[in-house]
Formats: sequence, C-alpha cells, structure tokens
Amino acid sequence: MKGWLFQQSTAARLAFRRLAAAPFNTLLSFLAIGVLLSLPATGQMLLTNLQRLSASSTVMPQISVFMAGDADARATREIAERLKHVGGVRQVEFLPREATRARLKSTEGLRGVIEALPDNPFPDAFVVTPGDTAPAALEQLAGEFRQWPHVEHVQLDSAWLQRLDALFRLGRTGLILLATLLGLGLIAITFNVIRLQILVSRAEIEVSQLLGATDRFIRRPFLYFGALLGLGGGGSAVLLVLAATLWLRAPLAELMQLYGIALVLQPLSVADTLALLGCAAVLGWSGAALSLRQFLR
Amino acid sequence: MIRFDQVGKRYPPDIDALTEVGFDIAAGERVVISGHSGAGKSTLLKLIAAIERPTRGSVLLGGQNIGALPRSALPFVRRKMGLVLQDQKLLFDRSVFDNVMLPLAITGFPPKEAALRVRAALDKVGLARREKALPIALSGGEQQRLAIARAVVSRPALLLADEPTAHLDHETATDVARIFEEFHRAGVTVLVATYDASLFPGARRIELVHGRLSS
Repeated sequence: MKGWLFQQSTAARLAFRRLAAAPFNTLLSFLAIGVLLSLPATGQMLLTNLQRLSASSTVMPQISVFMAGDADARATREIAERLKHVGGVRQVEFLPREATRARLKSTEGLRGVIEALPDNPFPDAFVVTPGDTAPAALEQLAGEFRQWPHVEHVQLDSAWLQRLDALFRLGRTGLILLATLLGLGLIAITFNVIRLQILVSRAEIEVSQLLGATDRFIRRPFLYFGALLGLGGGGSAVLLVLAATLWLRAPLAELMQLYGIALVLQPLSVADTLALLGCAAVLGWSGAALSLRQFLR
Repeated sequence: MIRFDQVGKRYPPDIDALTEVGFDIAAGERVVISGHSGAGKSTLLKLIAAIERPTRGSVLLGGQNIGALPRSALPFVRRKMGLVLQDQKLLFDRSVFDNVMLPLAITGFPPKEAALRVRAALDKVGLARREKALPIALSGGEQQRLAIARAVVSRPALLLADEPTAHLDHETATDVARIFEEFHRAGVTVLVATYDASLFPGARRIELVHGRLSS
C-alpha cells in the first residue's frame, strides 16, 4: 500500500514537473480547455438562475371549476365540501354567481350588456390553488374535478407553466448536448498534447522499458498529466464563468428591474463547480489513455 | 544460469544473425563474447535481455524460456539483470544521480535507501563527485561508467555489456574493464560482448564467426 502510494505520488509529481517545465504551453492548453468548458458551464449557471427565479415567482397556477348553470345551491355546497377534502388542494376560493355578476357590472362597458340579459349568465365557480404545481399533478387534479357531478367546465391555468417547463427541459437537453460535444473536444485536446509528450519522452520511455519498467509504470505519469491538464482547464473554466457572472450581474439586474423582477445573478454552485472539475479531470485522463493506447508500443 | 539451445535469429529479409548457437553459462562465470563486427554479438545479448526473440531454439535464463514469455512478463526478467548497451541510452535531461536512480524508481524502491544505493554505485565507478552533473558534461569514459553504475545499482546477479570499451582510449578502456572485473569478484555473472577480448584476460571466451560459434 505504501509502495503503491509512493509510486502514484511519484508519477503525479513527475506529471506536475512536466507541466511546469513548459509554463506557456501549459497555460495555453488550460485556456483552450477552459474556454471550451466555460460554454456549457455558463449555460448551466444561467439555467440555474432562471429556474431559481421561476421557483421564487409568486404567480401560482390555479384551477377554475365552473358549476353547471342548472346546479342548485345544494349541489354547489356538496362540491365545496368535496374540494375541501380532496388531496393536493391547498386553498379554495368560492365565487358565487351573484358576486361575479355584480363585479362585472361594475366594469366599465359591460354594465349595459349584463343589464340587458334576462338572467344571470354566470355559474357558481371555485378557484382552486393546488399544493403541487407540477404540470402533471395539475392535470391529474383537473381530470378528477371533471368527473364530478354538476361540474360543467374545469379550466387549467397552467399552460404557461407547461411552456416554461418545456423550455427548461429543452435548455437542459441542449446543455447536455453542448457539454458532450465540448467534452469530446477536451478529449481530443489532451489526446494530442499527450501524443506530443510521448514523442518528446521517447528516449525516456525506451530506457525505462529496458530497465524493467512495466507498461503501467510508463503510462502512469502521462495519465496524471492528462488529468492535471483537464483539471487546470476546468479550473480556468470556473474562473471564466465566475468573471462572466460578476460582469453580467449589474447590467442584467438593471434590465430585469425594468420588468419588475429582482435578479441577482449567482455564480455556479459548489456542487456544479466540483462536478465540472471532476468531469474535466476524468476527460483529460481518458484522452491521455486513448493517446497512450495509440502511440505507446 | 544461461542456456542457448540451437538458437537461430533471422532478421527480414532472410538475414541470419545467429545460426545454431548453443552454450551454457554457469552462475558466477565471467564470459567474453568476441567476434568481428557483425558477427552477432549484440544480437546474442539482446536475446538474453529479451529485446529480441529467437526465431529458432530457446534461450533459457534461470530455467525460464525467455523467448516464450508474454510481453507483460518481460519487465520482471529485465529487473534481474544489469544492461550496458552499446549506445548507452543515458537520459540527458537529468543529472547523473537521477540517471542511476531510474532503475530503483521503476521497481518502487524506498527513496532514502535508494539514494544510499545510488551513491554507493556511483562511488564504485568513480563518479561520486559528479552526481549533480548532467551526462552531457561527462567525458566518454565517464558516460560509460555512468551506464555501468545504472546497470548495477539494483544489484543484479547478471551483468550484460555490449562493447563497453568501444570509442575509449586504451587507458580508459582498461579502467572500465577493471570495473567489470570487480563486479565479477563480488559474485556477479558478467557477460561482455567485445571486439577486444584482450582487455578481459582470464575470461571464458565464446567466439562468434558470421553468427555461428567458432570451434
């Protein structure tokens, strides 16, 4: 175990020395990988902010339940009772037909129309605020209401929510696609850098083989090199996204203010940052492994 | 320790480097493989070090058929021997000390003990004071001695050397030959391929002529 650790740390140190030996090249590689990874990372940062914004918005989806015109007061009371006891309902507001008529009559322009009608055209209605605002849950609740007797019409006020949800899903899919593509790009970059490293280290590799080095021993520092390259690139991406966040924060807040929305752009979360660094290191390692398989014989 | 049994090595296209070579070398022997240039001396050493595989016959090292071993087993065969090759294959990007350290780093030797061994090996070949130098700063004789130090630092039971005295003036060559003599006296089996067998008086001679043993 101790020997194993020593060998690992020796290989890691050797990889680090090789990176440090050509600082300019190393920085350029970091920058290339950083720019590559900063694109999906920035997307993730924006998406997270938007989702946070939509979750904190006070606009709650509601379900309107309209009674049939011929439903009597007893039927309405029954429905009111049922609404109180059905699961998934947070709040119920009752709108009596007279009150609706009175409210609309007070609206400029409608008074004449409503007064001209012989009967009250409005049904009794309930406005239901559900506990779970997920589109699927809303749909299910509305479907249940539709089954009830004397319920004429159930209107689901969640179309905008569904659109938003679909938009987020699209955004997330696009992000995964982008991240996959650019991840492949990262593998390609490390593949090539490691290829050059192998060429430069030809003599050392040959001598090591003659002195009894196993393939694993020879590969190890290159794998660490690839992982460090990925990690450094991931680190640059984190810095780039952080800079973008801070830079965009003030102008974006100003813009959103005009729409009455308070938005303070937040940087990548700790979990996202760690995931980014981890993925970058693993991809760098993979690029190195592919390169070694191709060029080390 | 080493047995060649009807060994042949043919390089494409149809060039026979060795033909029907057979001999035994016991542990602790000191053997000089002599012959003209192109006689097959280097090929013979390369077969023992598993750098090349025989096309015919078998090369046994400690009872193990070297030619039949899988690639993954070769590193462990090479760790049992010290190799001094014709082109010494020193690494010019690191110090004398680090060159000699390499075999020990490969086997995962504890670093403190390894440093002691490296200094002991450098001392034996007379390079104790040059450990911080880069190989490029060494003379031809010193580079040769450095290659020997690297070959013996892991204290192998077998030392193979291919033309270790080539390109050296007579005095330096004698000096290098003396170092091999000392290792032999310490119990190491020494196998030297050289065109100049007179540098190793008293050693058993195996002579090659056009890839065959001369009788």
